Amino acid sequence: MLTEAQAWQVLQQVPDPEIPSVSVCELGIVREVRATPDSVTVVVTPTYSGCPATEMIATSIRDALVHAGAPVVSLEVRLAPAWTTDWIAPEAAEKLRALGIVPPHATSRGAVRVLRFSPPALPCPRCGSNQTERLSQFGSTACKALYRCTSCQEPFEYFKPI
Amino acid sequence: MSAHFQYILRLADNALILGQRLSEWSGHAPVLEEELAMANIALDLIGQSRLLFAHAGKLEAQGRDEDQLAFLRVEPQYRNLVLVELPNADFGRTVLRNYLYSAFQLQLWQALRPSQDAELAAIAEKSLKETRYHVQHSADWVLRLGDGTEASHARTQAALDYLWPYTAEFFSTDPVDDEVAAAGLGIPWSTLEPAWEATVRPLLEQATLDVPSRTAFRSRGKFGVHSEYMGHLLTEMQYLQRAYPGARW
Repeated sequence: MLTEAQAWQVLQQVPDPEIPSVSVCELGIVREVRATPDSVTVVVTPTYSGCPATEMIATSIRDALVHAGAPVVSLEVRLAPAWTTDWIAPEAAEKLRALGIVPPHATSRGAVRVLRFSPPALPCPRCGSNQTERLSQFGSTACKALYRCTSCQEPFEYFKPI
Repeated sequence: MSAHFQYILRLADNALILGQRLSEWSGHAPVLEEELAMANIALDLIGQSRLLFAHAGKLEAQGRDEDQLAFLRVEPQYRNLVLVELPNADFGRTVLRNYLYSAFQLQLWQALRPSQDAELAAIAEKSLKETRYHVQHSADWVLRLGDGTEASHARTQAALDYLWPYTAEFFSTDPVDDEVAAAGLGIPWSTLEPAWEATVRPLLEQATLDVPSRTAFRSRGKFGVHSEYMGHLLTEMQYLQRAYPGARW
């Protein structure tokens, strides 16, 4: 059997498939863990509705817990409250920056921001310059936008607040 | 078919069919960045449709899952707006449609957040966040192309002349709307017309586009009457499930 605390420890080691240095817990995907002597139930929430990593994450969670000794693992998907980038742990923000991804700013909930071709000035994660420009609202994954630093010429990504 | 089920099905079919259309840009978009944008928006829409189909299948309680609802119905059983099944044509028409549609979805998801149907309310809350980015992306392009060069302006104006009549369908009503509204599960789409017009007209004007006058034309996709393009779209989208029924991967 596995206690709740042990299950959480196991889940801290389960990487996000698209950003492997960050765990699914640090991203705020795991919402709740319940353990009984016979089973472990993990409540997860999807990041974006169409995130292609969702099923892989479910498989990795199940495999990790079974490997650690959980007899039966069940997954529950919870949609509300909707996932927000505010749930990304502060430690993860630093890991993202180290990967060249600017972490999301705090979102202004409920407000529709109109940013016609004038995205926020983001500091380049490599050289720190504020001379950056947005190349695309959508990057390599749904959760990131694509930017370029005009000082050091390096492209970088921005984890969009949602 | 209960009104509740049909109401959810309309939302699901809109998302699925526009997602399918946008995915056609993969490998064909004018620049790589926009290729990624189209694929990501399509992915959001297909993700939303999966959540809605799963919910609709439970409401219907006939044992149909999301795949069966998405792939194994015939044309008159789809309840999407005709607007979303129209061909992409050029990039200008694609982004203009995205704008007209996502600005409407933004209003709709906002209005569905307090729904008595807790699952629908949760899907609305989640989809709203994604839709904000779709509106922003498409509005940027409508401005850029409408108020751009002579060529881009002419194409965008032609796209607006072509698409505008189909937006009247957003606000057509029927007993499904009334029944769902009376139960506190949803709102009649017609109530969103003033807010939608107040959003899109200023942007279209800023993009130096002339908004056509409304005519008596009303497409009827959400009542199951589709355009000549729908059959072709379904042929491609359903091919695998029709050729290999029940195939999984």
